[in-house]
Amino acid sequence: MEPVKNAIRMENITKRFGSVVANNGINLALHEGEILSLLGENGSGKTTLMNMLSGIYYPDEGQIYVHDKPVTIASPKDAFDNGIGMIHQHFKLVDVFTATENIVLGLEEEGRLDLKKAGQRVKEICEKYGFDIQPNQKIYDMSVSQKQTVEIVKVLYRGADILILDEPTAVLTPQETDKLFAIMRNMQRDGKSLIIITHKLHEVLDVSDRVAILRKGEYIGDVATKDANQQSLTDMMVGRSVSLNIDRPLPVNPTPRLVLEHVTAYDELGVKRLDDVSFTANAGEILGIAGVAGSGQKELLESIAGLYPVKEGKILYYDPDVDYAETDESGQPKHQPQSLVGMDPMDIRKAGIAMSFVPEDRLGMGLVGTMGMTGNMMLRSWRKGKGVFVDTKGPEALANRIWKELEVVTPSTKFPVRRMSGGNVQKVLVGREIAQEPAVLMTAYAVRGLDINTSYTIYNLLTEQKMKGRAVVYVGEDLDVLLELCDRIVVLCGGQVSGVVDGRTITKEEVGLLMTQHRKEGAE
Amino acid sequence: MEKQKQPLLSIAKREALPWYKNWLIRGGAILLALVFCGIITMLLTGLNPVEVFRTLFYGAFGTNRKIWVTAQNLAILLGISLAVTPAFKMRFWNIGAEGQVLIGSLACAACMITLGDKIPNGLLILISLLASLLAGALWGFLPAFFKAHWETNETLFTLMMNYIAMQLAAYFIIVWEVPKGSGKIGVINQSTNAGWLPVIGGQRYLLTILVIAILTGVMYIYLQYSKHGYEISVVGESHRTASYAGIKVTRVIIRTMVLSGAICGMVGMLLVSATDHTLTTTLVDGRGFTAVMVSWLAKFNPIGMIFTSLLLVVLERGATEISSVFSLNHSFADILTGIILFFIIGSDFFVNYTVHFRKNRKEGK
Repeated sequence: MEPVKNAIRMENITKRFGSVVANNGINLALHEGEILSLLGENGSGKTTLMNMLSGIYYPDEGQIYVHDKPVTIASPKDAFDNGIGMIHQHFKLVDVFTATENIVLGLEEEGRLDLKKAGQRVKEICEKYGFDIQPNQKIYDMSVSQKQTVEIVKVLYRGADILILDEPTAVLTPQETDKLFAIMRNMQRDGKSLIIITHKLHEVLDVSDRVAILRKGEYIGDVATKDANQQSLTDMMVGRSVSLNIDRPLPVNPTPRLVLEHVTAYDELGVKRLDDVSFTANAGEILGIAGVAGSGQKELLESIAGLYPVKEGKILYYDPDVDYAETDESGQPKHQPQSLVGMDPMDIRKAGIAMSFVPEDRLGMGLVGTMGMTGNMMLRSWRKGKGVFVDTKGPEALANRIWKELEVVTPSTKFPVRRMSGGNVQKVLVGREIAQEPAVLMTAYAVRGLDINTSYTIYNLLTEQKMKGRAVVYVGEDLDVLLELCDRIVVLCGGQVSGVVDGRTITKEEVGLLMTQHRKEGAE
Repeated sequence: MEKQKQPLLSIAKREALPWYKNWLIRGGAILLALVFCGIITMLLTGLNPVEVFRTLFYGAFGTNRKIWVTAQNLAILLGISLAVTPAFKMRFWNIGAEGQVLIGSLACAACMITLGDKIPNGLLILISLLASLLAGALWGFLPAFFKAHWETNETLFTLMMNYIAMQLAAYFIIVWEVPKGSGKIGVINQSTNAGWLPVIGGQRYLLTILVIAILTGVMYIYLQYSKHGYEISVVGESHRTASYAGIKVTRVIIRTMVLSGAICGMVGMLLVSATDHTLTTTLVDGRGFTAVMVSWLAKFNPIGMIFTSLLLVVLERGATEISSVFSLNHSFADILTGIILFFIIGSDFFVNYTVHFRKNRKEGK
């Protein structure tokens, strides 16, 4: 066997933020021409480590070698000079520029800017690896996956032979993910070395040659992908054996709780965001909502919560304590469901409807970042105090309860939630919403950015709510989880419902097709 | 091996500091500021810095009368600062306190001049108070209304409202000038004292001080423990979170600014009817802007604002004394004030961050 050559070798890398050690004496090697998965829970230091390769952070201690030469990477420019390119989770593109213009942006080349020549080179790169973008297409005309492609081409254009992809699949459909992986393999064949950060274990097993694992800032070790499986990787990542099955009991006596009929809504600019959406959320059931990011999930939940104006259609709420089968003397139903359209959150609460909502934007909408747990509990109960004063005792008790029951890591109930880690922030939010004993519980991307342990805690909490006879609406992005957790799934595409399917029988591919159905019709 | 360039400094956010360290840093900053002021004084003027500081202190607290004036100045500055604080907590950058106070003063003066001796004194004071509150509230309401409904820029809006108040005051001063042609109003109702607030305890300034002392406590409780205070904090953090929690953002913005303006108006009345008994366009004297600093320095805590306004008032009063005693230009005192503020504000950085110098790595590799 010939000796492996290292594209990158990181030796004893340590990085601290204040008293927090983000990376502690890490030794990591990327072999030439391999795809390496970097795996770890949240806060295990993956992104920090990669940011030191791309010149965003500078290590406190340790040495980086590129192709076995010691280098100093103190800025993104140094990284490029060493052939290292990073594709970040959040795209950094100018919307009104074309692909080519974005790609050459910031390059300091000699002579006049020749966009034509640059466009030609972009085209060559695209053809070489099988990218599907037009050099002259504007960014705002592109899909998320195309934008990501532009980011990758940008890096290749600058001559990078080492690519780092930070959670590239988080925004993609399964089909787009497959396409990305094919491209990654093309690049590998061309002699590039790649590092991919992802949370999704099946993707790790699918695409990489080797897996390196970090836990709490420490380097745990690496395994060849062919010797690993989901369970062994999880155990290494968490440090103990974790059950990877989501318990999905059958719904008990599901009855309609929330019925949407032909709901249509427009945003401030008059763009249709929800188009004739109809479905029923049952009590005692978890209803999943699937869709590519931006298909109307946010608008849908906010419409129900009274935060988004509904132009047409009905949102009907069936009270769990009312028997809608009852009829009066003339045989007409005695009770009518309550219409929620036109109500704001306060109206809904005053109408006695217990609706909980875990929004996507946790700190920008669900919580107040500068306040502690107690202050955030008050978001739901601030009206209850005596006279003009707020009651802090009840919220304080609730904060203490959630602190204990959900094992929130925080020094005190006064500690600003903004400074907690993502998982703990979400525990505070979900804990508070569940404590309202809601009739309807809506969650948007409840496990986004959370590690495996916390994710399973959340899944269990939701299932618990379902078994208590509550209607749970779960907007998710990980199809594997949606298929394992939800009883029924509503698939959204471009603001329309493209299918309502049974979570137990449908396959991932079928959901993936529904997710892109309308987009394909439009493009072809 | 080629020589490696490395960043020299690294800055890291601190964990929460224990309170004593916090005060140590802040105290150290003030001490450092005084030393620095001393050096600057010696270099620029050749005077003995200790003597200068002594004079500064004398200027603020040297005699009984000086103490009362300092206390009155403190009360007025603190009052305006308390007024702008709810708006600031809501992240509504109200820099129109200057105009809100002046318009309150104008309303009060108008009542005193037009209604003086025509109605009973008690009633006149009541009407003056209402007029001042309403005028200030209106000056607060207008920018808030436009901000809440159409997202106009409140900083510019409140700033412009200052000029309107200023010009209105200038106009009415000419209308009411006594004697004609002097361009001044002079003391209003000098012979009858109609509309003057009563002097209590034989001290002209005591009433103002008491009113503001009560206001400080009330404002502290309002912001800390009331539902309104909670609403203000949430709206300040995020309008979306507020809507999510069922808080009516538009209403809170308008209500808070009306309150802010009304308190400014009341301070305006105190200025005219309790102490000055006249109206000039420079009555507020920039304190509407200084209040912004007082409020920020105290991190919007009304109790803390007692100290920050005291600091600024003492510096200002002392500066006047220094310039007359040492026949120095008033600008010199401003230099000292600037230095002290710079150090105090700068100390915040060291409370929140630590700076590490990179150790030279000399392992032989």
